[in-house]
Amino acid sequence: MASSSRVEILNEGGLRVDGRRPYELRSVSMTFSPQAHADGSATMQQGLTTVTVSVFGPREPRSRANAIHDRANLVVEVGVAGWSQPGVGQRNRGDKRLTEVGATIRQTFEPVIMSHLYPRSEISIYVQVLGSDGGILPTAINATTLALIDAGVAMTDYITSLSVGLHLTQPLLDLSSPEESDIPYLVVASLPGTGKVTLATLETRIHVDRFEEMLAVGVEGCKILKAEMEGEVKKRTGTMVERMKLNALPDRAGGMKDSDRDILMT
Amino acid sequence: MTSNFSIPQITILKRTREDLAFAQKKFLKKTKKGRVVKILRERYLRSDIPCGYEACAECSSYPGYKAVLPVEGARGHGKFTSKAGHWLVIDTNIVLHQIDVLESLPAGIPIILPSTTLAETRHRSLPLYNRLQSLLADEDRKVWIFWNEERRETATKVERYRTGGQESASRTGDEEDVEDGMNVIETEDKDGKIVRETVNDRNDRAIRLTLEFYQNHLKTITPSRSTATHPSLVLLTDDRGNREKALASGFHAVSTREYVDGMTDELTKITLGDLVAVKYGPEGGDRPPGSKGGSAKRLYPEYLPQATLLAGVKSGVFHQGYFNANPYNYLEGNVNAQAFGKPILLVGRESMNRAIDGDVVVVEMLPEAEWKAPGQEVLDQDEALKNDDADDEEGDAEEGQQSEARMAEIEKKTAASAAKQNAVEKRPTGKVVGIVKRNWRAYVCHLDASSLSNKDATSLAQQTVFATPLERKLPRIRLRTRQAPSLLDQKVLISIDAWPPHSRYPEGHFVRALGKVESKEAEQESLLLEYEVPYRPFGRAILNCLPVEGESWVVPPKEDGNLIWRDREDLRDLLICSIDPPGCQDIDDALHARPLPNGNIEAGVHIADVSHFVHADNPMDAEAASRGTTVYLVDKRIDMLPSLLGTNLCSLRPFVERLAFSAIWELTPDGDIVGVRFTKSVIASKEAFTYQAAQNRKDDKSLQDPLTEGIRLLNRLAIKLKQKRIAAGALSLSSPELKIHLNSNEGAPEPIDVEQKAMLETNSLVEEFMLLANISVAKRIQEAYPQTAVLRRHMPPPQTNFETLQDILAKRKGLSLDVSSSKALADSLDKCVDPGHPEFNTLVRIMATRCMLAAEYFCAGSVSKDTFGHYGLATPIYTHFTSPIRRYADVLAHRQLAAAIGYTTLHPSLLSKSHVERAMSVVNRRHRLAQMAGRASVEFYVGLALKARGKRAGRDDGGVTREDAFVIRVFKNGLAVFVPTLGLEGLITFSKDSHEYDAEQYQLAVPNSEGNKVDISVFDTVVVDISLEKDKQTQRSKVKMALVSPADSEQL
Repeated sequence: MASSSRVEILNEGGLRVDGRRPYELRSVSMTFSPQAHADGSATMQQGLTTVTVSVFGPREPRSRANAIHDRANLVVEVGVAGWSQPGVGQRNRGDKRLTEVGATIRQTFEPVIMSHLYPRSEISIYVQVLGSDGGILPTAINATTLALIDAGVAMTDYITSLSVGLHLTQPLLDLSSPEESDIPYLVVASLPGTGKVTLATLETRIHVDRFEEMLAVGVEGCKILKAEMEGEVKKRTGTMVERMKLNALPDRAGGMKDSDRDILMT
Repeated sequence: MTSNFSIPQITILKRTREDLAFAQKKFLKKTKKGRVVKILRERYLRSDIPCGYEACAECSSYPGYKAVLPVEGARGHGKFTSKAGHWLVIDTNIVLHQIDVLESLPAGIPIILPSTTLAETRHRSLPLYNRLQSLLADEDRKVWIFWNEERRETATKVERYRTGGQESASRTGDEEDVEDGMNVIETEDKDGKIVRETVNDRNDRAIRLTLEFYQNHLKTITPSRSTATHPSLVLLTDDRGNREKALASGFHAVSTREYVDGMTDELTKITLGDLVAVKYGPEGGDRPPGSKGGSAKRLYPEYLPQATLLAGVKSGVFHQGYFNANPYNYLEGNVNAQAFGKPILLVGRESMNRAIDGDVVVVEMLPEAEWKAPGQEVLDQDEALKNDDADDEEGDAEEGQQSEARMAEIEKKTAASAAKQNAVEKRPTGKVVGIVKRNWRAYVCHLDASSLSNKDATSLAQQTVFATPLERKLPRIRLRTRQAPSLLDQKVLISIDAWPPHSRYPEGHFVRALGKVESKEAEQESLLLEYEVPYRPFGRAILNCLPVEGESWVVPPKEDGNLIWRDREDLRDLLICSIDPPGCQDIDDALHARPLPNGNIEAGVHIADVSHFVHADNPMDAEAASRGTTVYLVDKRIDMLPSLLGTNLCSLRPFVERLAFSAIWELTPDGDIVGVRFTKSVIASKEAFTYQAAQNRKDDKSLQDPLTEGIRLLNRLAIKLKQKRIAAGALSLSSPELKIHLNSNEGAPEPIDVEQKAMLETNSLVEEFMLLANISVAKRIQEAYPQTAVLRRHMPPPQTNFETLQDILAKRKGLSLDVSSSKALADSLDKCVDPGHPEFNTLVRIMATRCMLAAEYFCAGSVSKDTFGHYGLATPIYTHFTSPIRRYADVLAHRQLAAAIGYTTLHPSLLSKSHVERAMSVVNRRHRLAQMAGRASVEFYVGLALKARGKRAGRDDGGVTREDAFVIRVFKNGLAVFVPTLGLEGLITFSKDSHEYDAEQYQLAVPNSEGNKVDISVFDTVVVDISLEKDKQTQRSKVKMALVSPADSEQL
């Protein structure tokens, strides 16, 4: 208690431990397709929390027993790199908390992925936490959305997620790890297009009076995140289209065989 | 779904490339297990941190902006004569060492407090941080916190990233020239000065960056027409290195001493001058008065480094604990450490090594051959050291050393002889090798007249003098002051700054004078300070929480459908009255009773609805929580809540409508509870009785009105309830309670006489119903909030506490005391009667009370459920609900009950166990201190009353009073007696050895005036003379008792 009481969650100047104001999210950056061998992958960095998600599929289920006759089966596995959290030992794959994160991600995405388009197939999502500074679950959800988009899996909407903490009566958005260990928080995941909430999970108790406000602020924050992510996705798609156009130019690529093109490019 | 909040603007903070050098903080931290962990924290820089200047248009649009720094700075300083005045920038060492100066600086001086200073203070000392906070909360002061670490221009780059970040920083320097803060780091980097700088250096640099920022920032603002320039910035720091660097960069910098000496106002100069703390150590500053070029001899061994101490404590070589000084022997102290069954003894000045009562010290054990037994004699440092000269170290060095050596020799002898006497009872003995934490505060002292070299009242010369603290456990404090002669007959507040190893005494500085010795104001204030009672008037922020209508606030008419009436019962028609002691202004409780048609009785207790006015989590609530309780002194009351609430809006005055929280029972005529309900209500009290008036009304057979009948009904029930309580084993204990008669016809109240408080039937009536209410509420909130309910308990005392008393009773009176349960104790106490000695029973009860533990507040979830019980009241569960005006625990109980009955929702803080636990520990401590302060106040007035009695008797010898007293303890060389009429306890010592002591029988045989032996034993009645004696040098007065009959102690 002695050490945690010296962390000032919100100081007199209305600033948080890391210099943000209550309604400011951490800096985000996104990378698409960092894993070339996956069907789709993305790395999402929110502050110092970094999560890479690789998506394989839709593909033939590895065991027949897992096949569902009318839709795709969603498999999520979560791993945490040993170096991601200083002071915390290596987490094994069987770790209960990681299993729970995985189950939460699966439940969050099941209603949004149009899995009826891929009957009798399997979509595997591998989540790897590379750096953790609070908010593993929300960042993993955001990264999964990007990776699924990268893999071209059909979805009805983006899912974006955010943690919302409560300091006395003041909601704080996107908690970093010192904040996460000190104050109660709620993780919200929503479909920003409709404002529907697919996930709202609490591990600590908060007062019921505050819940409504926190949820509403969280959903609003998800919309902001979605705009940011959509911008990145469009930018990337733009450059891809650009490249495809280049390749489609008749005098350079037209009528060539693949092997010829390889020679050209060297 | 209705929402009463608006969605705020949400943004993502994008980090720019230039900020990367500042983006992360990396540091190492040691875990509890001893592993070293690398911790990485993110950091964001901002450009929307306002400067706080009234004339700045740019910053005014930033969030949370409220300009504090005025266009015209402070003037009236000899050194800084800028036309627009100056602002002060405060370095951390000022807060850490010169907080007294800071607090007494004229409020008109604008102050910039860099967040570096604030953060470092918070890290180093929480008490100082809290004092700084109250300074910030003072709205009259112009203090601006500048969040320098968050502002882009002034943030310090993290050491780790210096090499990596250089590239990006230099690039920005090329592209844009706006990033001034960056350039500064760049240039200093090139100097190579800060390649590996310490935290302290970095913080100093951060503060200098702040200076630089303001200088450049002010250039962009057009100055106001009246002054034509901006105020100049002055860095106040006692760190010589920082000062020199700042001066070299062209800023103004000054030490506290210089700044105070340069003030043009003579009066402030003198008062502030005394507050400046002497500062030693490598950081530069003043040299201690005695050390001439470091030639001073070390009197004490140096402390070991902190790391060695911690390692030693961990490995068991050293022991850590609180240092308790012995009040009777200034050369002896002990430390409560876990390792040994008994406390570790420290004998002699060198062993105690500058520890002061309350410090957390580390002790090294001496070899067992050197272990000693505690001394049996009383050693008074005022007596032993009265010839010690405060100035001697300033005189001739050689002579000074000689006298030091002489002194040391004498002290060693006395300490050794005191300790040797009893070689059998050897105790583990050790010496202090280091201090983990100093627990110094400001102490109330008297100046020692003999230490003054110049007593001329007009002298303003600097003198070194001694101050003797009121608390006997503390050593004398040496200080330098210019006001010594005028402070001689005053009580003064002194705070200790340091205790260097070459100084016999701790060095301190003068904080403020409290007033003349024995003047009531000074005594009262010193009492409040000694017991740490917060007595400052309520600040503006707190008063702003009061209803805007002020005195004229009334309960709005019911017909208006006002929110106040929501879920509130209208009990205005009930015949409710209050019964309180005479002159009571804060009436928290009122009662009613009426027969019901079914033969049962409805009884109600109505408690002031304080939680309606005091909402959780506002400044008033925070203040009440920290005050904890109202403190009652004999002629003064220090309120917990502002008096508008306490004595008016919440007070259940008669003939007006007031908000209340009511507990209403249906009771059978035998006092059994049929049912209880709680409700918020509006009541109109019909009468405010005193205990006496209510008693008279009840006893007056001619009165048959419903109100009187109500009182009779209540009384009948109370008797039934009391019987039940006694049958369950409730104790009726006794502690002497006194009432001081004050004669107030001449403005200043003069104590005339003391008498013991009388108990009437109506006292018991009110008490019974309050207990009933508290118990019912306790049950209810415990059901609703099993984890966080605010309860009160009284632990059963360990049986060993009673052993001595049982032994005395058995041997002297042949009586036995059964302490197996509270019921057994109550019964056997009833049997302790001596027909020839009517007050004997009370005496036994008083002595039994002293064997008990103190009752305490606690949080229901923190202890196991079977320890909830209240021993004294013999109830399984108890809380405090009935006095929310004067106790904070009651306010919390009100909030929890209101939520339990669904009236409001519970504030989240009351659902947090750790929060409630913290609140309870504050309230418990405040409660204990308040009781001690109250008792000390009574004691002071008893002293005055004794004097007054003497005067009335026409004597002028300081007033000797002759009284009967009971012997409560027998010593080898004296008696402890108790004077019931005055509630005083005193020690009578015999200097001659003409008596015989029988420890087995608790008996002394003393020769009387005719030479015959007379036995005096415990419980005997004796006659004593009581007088006040005043110490000539220190003005401290103590009660002195002398035995008159059966023998005269003068001859013993």
